[in-house]
Amino acid sequence: MKELSLNLLDIAENSVRAGATRVEIDVFDLKKEDVVSLEIRDNGCGMSPEFLASVTDPFTTTRTTRRVGLGLPLLKMEAEQAEGGFEIESEVGKGTRTKAWFKRSNIDMPPLGDLSGSMITLIQGSPEIDFIYRRRTDAGEFTLSIPEVREELGGISVGEPEILVWLGEFLAENEAEIEYK
Amino acid sequence: MAKSIAELKAIREKMQGQMNMRVDSDDSIRVVVGMATCGIAAGARPVLAAIVDEVGKRNLTNVKVSQTGCIGVCRLEPIVEVFEPGKEKTTYVHMDAEKARKMVSEHLVNHRVVEEMTISAAE
Repeated sequence: MKELSLNLLDIAENSVRAGATRVEIDVFDLKKEDVVSLEIRDNGCGMSPEFLASVTDPFTTTRTTRRVGLGLPLLKMEAEQAEGGFEIESEVGKGTRTKAWFKRSNIDMPPLGDLSGSMITLIQGSPEIDFIYRRRTDAGEFTLSIPEVREELGGISVGEPEILVWLGEFLAENEAEIEYK
Repeated sequence: MAKSIAELKAIREKMQGQMNMRVDSDDSIRVVVGMATCGIAAGARPVLAAIVDEVGKRNLTNVKVSQTGCIGVCRLEPIVEVFEPGKEKTTYVHMDAEKARKMVSEHLVNHRVVEEMTISAAE
């Protein structure tokens, strides 16, 4: 993957397929602490201890078209290459928490990329899921809470193109206020 | 000042006035973008964004855009499938944002398949 935002899109898709109704995503880019982290928590079906132990093996996958899955192994490899780490916890019936972190100043730290684009893609694909996206830098933080958006919209789906375009602008503008100059 | 969520109320009122909500009906066209690890790594995200943008701008209320997992031919990603009622499925391969916009105007609006971007042209 060329950007961390693409890993985010890829990994969050696991939560969608796990039947989650609520997916919380934190992306922190902290200069002073020299760390970038990506954490995804969901209330999906979770995984058995046996499956969990094998998820970062490329030959473990839930897909049926072939027997390899590369999403989590790729993220783990990228984090470790950038002097970071990877952890995943899961409980059947409760959900899964995946976290990857990177040393920000490491030469192999991938660019964050278009995080807003990934969030909009996730919301478009699963407008029924309560996504809560939290973005923090040393300069500040903001949250996009789909449950709050839903309240403002009444019966209109967050998946309507007009709403998605507006949410994309909301993310871009808030992002611009906390980005490093 | 950046946008705030409260501003959505105005959009909601405008949209309710237009009453152009997308409805699932028998004559609606379904556009499906492959968004598994393979599709994402090959550049499916801007393809999907371009389709959603065009469909919104052109107010194509008969088009439903959705995402799917791995379609099975990863080397041809990004892949976009178009399902029109009563017609054979069209599979577009090696897509990018520009091709996606062309697909919307040619195929979804004018109902002309863009043959040179389809899987049969690639194989």
